[in-house]
Amino acid sequence: MTMKIPYYPGCTLNTVAKGFDATARDAALTVGFEMSELKQWNCCGATFPLTPDNLIALSAPAKVLSNARKEGDTVTTLCSVCYNVLKRTNKVIKDNKEKRGVINGFIDSEYDGSLNILHYLEVLRDKIGFAKLKEAVKRPLKGIKAATYYGCMLLRPFEDIGIDNAEKPVIFEDMLSALGATPVDFPNKIECCGAHLAMNNTGVVEKLSGNVMSSAVGNGAELIVTTCPLCQYNLEKSQKKLIEERPGYTGVPVVYFTQVLGLALGADINTLGFEKNEYSIMPLLHKKGIVPGED
Amino acid sequence: MKIKLAKEDIENPRIQLIERVSGEDLRRCYQCGKCSAGCPVSFAMEIPPSQVMRFLQLGRVDEVMNANSMWTCVGCLQCYSRCPQGVSVAAVLEATRQITLRKGTDHEKIKDVPFPFLKNAPQQAIVCGFRKFVS
Ligand code: SF4
Ligand code: SF4
Repeated sequence: MTMKIPYYPGCTLNTVAKGFDATARDAALTVGFEMSELKQWNCCGATFPLTPDNLIALSAPAKVLSNARKEGDTVTTLCSVCYNVLKRTNKVIKDNKEKRGVINGFIDSEYDGSLNILHYLEVLRDKIGFAKLKEAVKRPLKGIKAATYYGCMLLRPFEDIGIDNAEKPVIFEDMLSALGATPVDFPNKIECCGAHLAMNNTGVVEKLSGNVMSSAVGNGAELIVTTCPLCQYNLEKSQKKLIEERPGYTGVPVVYFTQVLGLALGADINTLGFEKNEYSIMPLLHKKGIVPGED
Repeated sequence: MKIKLAKEDIENPRIQLIERVSGEDLRRCYQCGKCSAGCPVSFAMEIPPSQVMRFLQLGRVDEVMNANSMWTCVGCLQCYSRCPQGVSVAAVLEATRQITLRKGTDHEKIKDVPFPFLKNAPQQAIVCGFRKFVS
């Protein structure tokens, strides 16, 4: 029987990043698990409050957790920020009895912090296994030099998140290797894209995301793979400036990891949402002979 | 310029409030500068992270409150990740931001946020931005 894992999509995957959600669900079924969307969920708040006195801000994610617990002992999610907020909130509730009482008081629940929060990448690594994933590959991404962009929220702070080493993570590279791609190491892979400053400080975002792109491309990347819709947005948008400034630079595709996962697992190319990416992956796929055709 | 420091300056109630809201003991910072070196937005901050710590250690709250640093911090936690003393400058900056916002003073006017951003940006950016910039 297919393993069913309760799934928290979050706001962004339910709106502008629907393709991230859809490709993840399809790929899950192909490798042997079903993501069953929580019956009831709300926005996680999109940022973990960094001041420990700000307990009211934990009520939204706590509500998500308390509802998720009714459906099992595990919940999985895709967006790096949702993952970070849920996991950190859960730790506060689990470890701090006093805060647990206050937070539960806000949302009229008795949640105890007993959920296991897994990022989709963790499900692939720990529940399915990258060796088994490799066996399921039908369309190996041979010859594609792909940069794995972790950003911040998937990794930090280490003691709360712990998905992998915070300075030298490998989970993302290991997944891409299983798909047959060649992961590209680059210095900025754990540096910030500029995040919410996209709202009012695009200069800083262009600089930060521009640094990430230059560092990745400078190290040979032909494709950038992300786990976060905001990283994806900032990295795409920042390239306009790079194109203006650098003769010969024409832009590099920035895709969700589930898009290339689906691609490698043999999904119909038209279901992977590549047409939504500002810089198309198709010329690269044609060039490498992964998808027949030419441009 | 000569700065005269008295105990009352260093232990003033505003400093105590920042310590309480952030949960950080400002004196733990020994000024190694690793936070500023790792911070991706140091270049855009009027006062970089390690200097924020120093100003506050010396009781100079106004300098920090008037600088753009708290609004420029992206909350990426590189400072905390690399601090040998386990200090979170991110929490200290968030405390100064919270103290400002809790007075009811917005940093960003919702009507000024560009429409294309509201239309196209991921929801998480909008929610997060409003939480960081609006009281
Ligand atoms: S890294 Fe830590 S100890 Fe060093 S200057 Fe920054 S806050 Fe102070
Ligand atoms: S959390 Fe803020 S202060 Fe710390 S490194 Fe990131 S941007 Fe700099």
